[in-house]
Amino acid sequence: MMPELGKYAATVILSYIGTILPLVLLTVWTLWKGAKTRRALELQEERMGRKNG
Amino acid sequence: MSIWEYANPVKFMKTSSMLLPWVTGLTVICLVVGLIWGFFFTPEATNFGSTVKVIYVHVPSAMMAINIWVMMLVTSLIWLIRRHHVSALAAKAAAPIGMVMTLIALITGAVWGQPMWGTWWEWDPRLTSFLILFLFYLGYMALWEAIDNPDTAADLTGVLCLVGSVFALLSRYAVNFWNQGLHQGATLSLDKEENISDVYWFPLLICLAGFVLLFVTLLLLRTRTEIRARRLKALEQRERMA
Amino acid sequence: MLALLSRDLKLAIRAGGGFGLGLAFFLIVVTLVPFGVGPEGGILARIAPGILWLGSLLACLLSLDRIFALDFEDGSLDLLATAPVPLEGVVTMKALAHWITTGLPLVVAAPVFGVLLHLEGAAYQWLVISLLLGTPALSVLGTFGAALTVGLKRGGLLLSLLVLPLYVPTLIFGAELIRRGAEGMATQVPLLMLGGITTAVIAVVPFASAAAIRVNLR
Repeated sequence: MMPELGKYAATVILSYIGTILPLVLLTVWTLWKGAKTRRALELQEERMGRKNG
Repeated sequence: MSIWEYANPVKFMKTSSMLLPWVTGLTVICLVVGLIWGFFFTPEATNFGSTVKVIYVHVPSAMMAINIWVMMLVTSLIWLIRRHHVSALAAKAAAPIGMVMTLIALITGAVWGQPMWGTWWEWDPRLTSFLILFLFYLGYMALWEAIDNPDTAADLTGVLCLVGSVFALLSRYAVNFWNQGLHQGATLSLDKEENISDVYWFPLLICLAGFVLLFVTLLLLRTRTEIRARRLKALEQRERMA
Repeated sequence: MLALLSRDLKLAIRAGGGFGLGLAFFLIVVTLVPFGVGPEGGILARIAPGILWLGSLLACLLSLDRIFALDFEDGSLDLLATAPVPLEGVVTMKALAHWITTGLPLVVAAPVFGVLLHLEGAAYQWLVISLLLGTPALSVLGTFGAALTVGLKRGGLLLSLLVLPLYVPTLIFGAELIRRGAEGMATQVPLLMLGGITTAVIAVVPFASAAAIRVNLR
């Protein structure tokens, strides 16, 4: 399955890792922060009894 | 129906939640297809060997690094002129994505430069400009973090973005003058497609689309988070006042 | 506006260190560099233009956070903002005062420090010209950074992060001008670029600084 990358195999693989890893980290961080904020907001809205919309 | 309707946070939340699943799906498809095609099914180039595969991650990330800054400039301008909060929050949400894209362009560039130029880092104009762009992203984000009042923060970062854009451009020319580089000219241009043969062109297009879509997805997610955070802050304040 | 300028100058002199501190810092940088790179004259002469520019840049940076901070704390900045003088003018005067207390001494002292670094004979006139042309831009850009961070408790570090990238073009053309001058090459391009950047910065950036101050005073 692995393509023949020749003597530059390390270069190519490293650059793909160097791309995918930061992107995954960014996505995870974004989702985590989103979920946290959402939970906090729901909690707050509940506590205030949704009286002001 | 005009674009300004989306300046209304409620409207934005509604539309973005409707849009998100589609954009996310498209992003995943484009990125998976593009990257797998680029990594597994493209031939080697005669003078670059298999390192030609690096362009599928390097070129899109570098393009996004610049385009995201431009997008931040536009949204900052909209905020400063028309005072739409969503616009300012979108600029705030975009900055970390732009920073990561710049970082990726630098990493992949360094990894590629090592065998090609025999060095991880060269003070080449393009590389140097990207490093400077990275610093601008850092400063912009740091200013957002430092200021408590959200409106003040939006105003000040907006002004910084305007001034920063001018200086980022100026630095680009200054750096060009300072050192003629190793980096080859643009591989892509819309009017001169013969620069690059179709075998490389199509997967690259898909990767480009994937990166743009990824940016849109993350931007929507992050802007929604910023809007929620903003509302949370407002509610907390109201509670404390009451 | 002139009254404002003389007030700022007097404050800087009476507070002490306004003139001296930046210069002393510059001297320390110049002294430390040979410890770092070794005492050989050849190397020092080659990197001297860069070191002198970097030294003056950092010395400029040191006093930036004080430009507006004191006036902001005691409320005189609010007074200045409501005064009949346009805020842009106030900002420009502040930058000018900063330049006179920090930039000008650096320009005067730089040739002396050039001797310490074995700067080549032909380079001295270009050193003075390039610093004279470049340092006003540093002060004006510095006031912009100071205006952005004026309301913050600990803005010093953030200020450096914001301002230093803005210094890149000035630094490049300034150091390039000295280097070319020292090697007897054509100096017209960096000279014009440096002058152009400085004049453009003086003309435009005060508006941005004034806008930032208005936001911070709101």
